[in-house]
Amino acid sequence: MKILGSEITPYSTYLNRRKFIKGTFATAVATTISSNVFANHETSPDIYNKYLGENDTINSYEEITTYNNFYEFGTHKKHPSLNSGNFNPNPWSIKLEGLINNPQTIDLEKLLSKVTIEDRVYRLRCVEAWSMVIPWQGFQLSELIKIADPLSSAKYIQFVTVLRPEEMPGQQKRTIIWPYREGLRMDEAMNSLTILATGLYGHKMPNQNGAPIRLVVPWKYGFKSIKSIVAIRFLNEQPETSWETLAPWEYGFYANVNPSVDHPRWSQSTERRIGEFKRRETLMFNGYEEEVAHLYKDLDMTKFY
Amino acid sequence: MFSTKNFNRSKPYIFLLLLFPSLLWILQFITGNLGVNPIERIMDEFGLMALRLIILTLAITTLANIKKLKSIVLFRRMIGLFAFYYVTLHFSTYIFLDHFLDINFIFKDIIKRPFITFGFISFLCLIPLALTSTNQMVKRLGFKVWKKIHYLIYPAVILSSFHFYMLVRADKTEPMIYMGIIVLLLLQRIAKKLNLLQLNQ
Repeated sequence: MKILGSEITPYSTYLNRRKFIKGTFATAVATTISSNVFANHETSPDIYNKYLGENDTINSYEEITTYNNFYEFGTHKKHPSLNSGNFNPNPWSIKLEGLINNPQTIDLEKLLSKVTIEDRVYRLRCVEAWSMVIPWQGFQLSELIKIADPLSSAKYIQFVTVLRPEEMPGQQKRTIIWPYREGLRMDEAMNSLTILATGLYGHKMPNQNGAPIRLVVPWKYGFKSIKSIVAIRFLNEQPETSWETLAPWEYGFYANVNPSVDHPRWSQSTERRIGEFKRRETLMFNGYEEEVAHLYKDLDMTKFY
Repeated sequence: MFSTKNFNRSKPYIFLLLLFPSLLWILQFITGNLGVNPIERIMDEFGLMALRLIILTLAITTLANIKKLKSIVLFRRMIGLFAFYYVTLHFSTYIFLDHFLDINFIFKDIIKRPFITFGFISFLCLIPLALTSTNQMVKRLGFKVWKKIHYLIYPAVILSSFHFYMLVRADKTEPMIYMGIIVLLLLQRIAKKLNLLQLNQ
């Protein structure tokens, strides 16, 4: 079998392309790790401690990779880790299309050579009221948007997951209308917190977490963070998204983490942090209020949940 | 093989068989072997077991119509009580482990969320069944009254299947299977009733 470049690009190479982020975030920070520590982060999670909020501890690699919602591999939390072994994310390319000056199908490896990979330690809050703290590696979505060079008429972005029922057993069942689709408003997509992640704990993105490239939008419920992306479309109107299509009274386009707007079937005011015994209070915008609240100052969030 | 004597003799084994899963889950919970979200997991396991056992008690009544299997009715009370045992564990997990006795929150949760309301009512329905399960109680109440009380199994089984159905986010196959079985068991009862009516005419 031919070994593709994307398979053997080590993290140290990514690191050489890395530059530091200028602004500091209250809780999520990009950063400065010397290149040799990338080898096996899961055994030394302490290296991420400096990016953690004071009330957070990082979740273990095992927790992050065995408790997943990724219905393409089955609907139980354990299914993605058990059923994703046959998924082959190499080679990979992403189609950029719609209202842009540079429509193209870009090879992932080529894309990675044009962007800056950073560490981002984020809280992830699932709409099901559990949460984790995850050390991602990725790059700001805004960098990819610059490559696509959108027209001024592009107000929204839609993301599409790969459709491979032969490798993704969950797609053989019609639980969701495949392929999975998600979307963001352009200003949300351009926000510096929004990243496309290609790794976690210093490893290539595991299949069950959305290999080889996934979205991470830390102030929104986890289902917005679409996995295994193959297409990114620039649109002039709000795109349909999978969960909103399936149950619009339960899941909205915005899906901002909001303790005061409950899911119809359960409260969103508290959450269980994986690894903790007692529930904790859910924070507005998952604790990223400072960075994103301004995006929604004119939005009625009880209506646009 | 299907004699009453044999059934009675196997009771202790069935008792242990039904008790075993709870002990296993509790042990796994304590030793940290229930995955990364053990509270959710143990609550789900207890709840699902309870639903299965409730359905099983209904199925036993149906199967006991078959002459050869008549004696399985001897297991019904024990299985019913185990259903109550698992419901109680399920409910206690919700109260103590999931919400840490936050009565205010739990009260609002029960009122506001239909799926929790359904589960809670189902639990309430099962309490009188458990309390009146002894032979002595049957005698004291009279069989007619006792039987009436035990009709509560029907709202209990229907509500608990809805409780499960509403909890699932996308793939409703499993709750639908349980609902299908419940519908069949209820239809059998209706058919039997109609038959009896016809015979009486």
